[in-house]
Amino acid sequence: MKGDRLVPESQPERTALRMVNIEKYFGSVCALNSINFEVGHNEIVGLIGDNGAGKSTLVKILTGVFPPTSGELYIADKKVDTRSYSVKKAHALGIETVYQDKSLGEKQVMWRNFFIGREITYPLGFLKVREEKRIATDIMVNTIGFRGKGIGVDSKANKLSGGERQGVAIGRAMHFEADLIILDEPTVALSLKEVRKVLNFVHKIKESGKASIYISHNLADVYEISDRFIVIDRGEIVASIVKAKISLKELDEFLLEYSHGLKDKVQP
Amino acid sequence: MKTGRTRFAFLGRIEGLPIAMVLLVLYIVFIFTAPRVFTGYRIYMSFFQTVPPMLVLAIGLTFIITAGEIDLSFPAVVALSGFVFTWVFKTFHAPWIGFLLALASGALVGYLNGLLVARLRVPSIMATLATQFFWYGVTLLIAGGLQIDIQNVTATAIHTIFVGRLFGVFPMQALWSLALTAFFWFILNRHTFGEAIIFIGDNAEVARVMGINVEKTRIKLFTMHGVIAAFAGLLLTLEINVFFPTQGQGMLLPVMAAVFIGGTSIAGGLGVMAGTFFGSYIIGSLEAGVVATGIGGYWVQLVEGLVMAASVILNVILGEEGISLLSRAARKWAVPSPVAVDRPGDPGGA
Repeated sequence: MKGDRLVPESQPERTALRMVNIEKYFGSVCALNSINFEVGHNEIVGLIGDNGAGKSTLVKILTGVFPPTSGELYIADKKVDTRSYSVKKAHALGIETVYQDKSLGEKQVMWRNFFIGREITYPLGFLKVREEKRIATDIMVNTIGFRGKGIGVDSKANKLSGGERQGVAIGRAMHFEADLIILDEPTVALSLKEVRKVLNFVHKIKESGKASIYISHNLADVYEISDRFIVIDRGEIVASIVKAKISLKELDEFLLEYSHGLKDKVQP
Repeated sequence: MKTGRTRFAFLGRIEGLPIAMVLLVLYIVFIFTAPRVFTGYRIYMSFFQTVPPMLVLAIGLTFIITAGEIDLSFPAVVALSGFVFTWVFKTFHAPWIGFLLALASGALVGYLNGLLVARLRVPSIMATLATQFFWYGVTLLIAGGLQIDIQNVTATAIHTIFVGRLFGVFPMQALWSLALTAFFWFILNRHTFGEAIIFIGDNAEVARVMGINVEKTRIKLFTMHGVIAAFAGLLLTLEINVFFPTQGQGMLLPVMAAVFIGGTSIAGGLGVMAGTFFGSYIIGSLEAGVVATGIGGYWVQLVEGLVMAASVILNVILGEEGISLLSRAARKWAVPSPVAVDRPGDPGGA
């Protein structure tokens, strides 16, 4: 299975992300154990795993929310100092994240939500509100496609539907020109139509030559958009399967049998 | 429908408008019930003298509450900074050094609060409750329980600058506190620091994943509040020319009340600096106003409680949406033909 990696490691600028022996302990609890995986520069990787498998811990490490206990992290083939790595640095290196529910400040207006953490400022840190509003309007109308409906840059996030919120988070990720977009359960609270919009967006990531890690419980969604699936369980990567080698049904069966403890017999 | 909304909707965007109206109504009531006091300028000059220390404290507390935290220790900073200033002034006759050291003492208290809350994750209500007792204790101990008179401070420039009387009547501290309100409005609403505070108060986890250093920001926040509280202590000490070790006691609840009736959300994520300004003047005017009406001392607290409750209720009902709803309702019983009203001289109008 490890041989299924799409990209040979020797070529420069070919992986968007590579993790080598990443481990994470919370106190004495091992959340991640020797994680080795990579994402090609134009690859969509579906990350699959049960609740508590370690998916969000993995996401938080690679987006700089907290550092790993040990291991190496490469972004665009350049080694990252995990001690000084941060969300700001992840942003600077072109990594954007769309969370299920942690993407927007509920009581805050749209233009603040677009630029939180990387505001456009005058010297001394005062906000260029006019410019932020102008760009936020542009993203909302042209990228996300909000038209009228009384929602604009001065609307608060809690006035938006779940799909509109994800639209904003995704539009924000696109605006900041990410090379790797991580979508962490982006469709959980969405209607079918809104889920379709999110999936179309992931297709767009692929077309524009960028990479993505897509985390979802919905296997059909993951299967449709991913080039490769990584299965994570109890803090370890247990399988890495390219899409061409497995059908949705087989993937489903594999996961079912795996969760029933039959994993040793099934090695696709 | 549409014209009605657009005509009045802007009212909902004026910050602190409901609470400014409460203040206005309050003064109008006082003018009618206590005309002898409230038609002269003296009572207002006295408010401009007594409200500023409270307002300055409330400005700092607005940040704290917006961040979803609380600080109970600022009254102790009022005492500590007052002591540091008076002691340095009395011992070395160095008012400006005393001034800076007093601010530094506030910064120290605030920084330690910040460490307790952000680093050690002690809930701020517990951490600052403890530090309030501790720093009052420290102040009492080093002051030997005694008050310090500094009558001769009135001759210094620092006294003239901060608490002098402009044109012989207008208290300078009113201008300083107004300027600070404006300055910190910009910090809260138009600066990355304020934006970080707002998002942390809204949802610290969102702030963290969006790249805000939550821990560092919280430490800065408490340090800043310490400095602001120390400045309030200085205004108080300079105004009364005397330090006493229990000064600041009794300010905790009125200052909190001023922030809350101003519309700042206890849940965090929303700070209304203009509301804090008007709220402070409401709280600071109530007692004198009610006493001046002559209804009797036993009524004072009851009326204060009523006005506070009314202000808070008004803020809850009249959010941004509330006002646009009101304007819609207003349009229904407004004159049916707005054209005629707009051009009263037009013969064909009505």
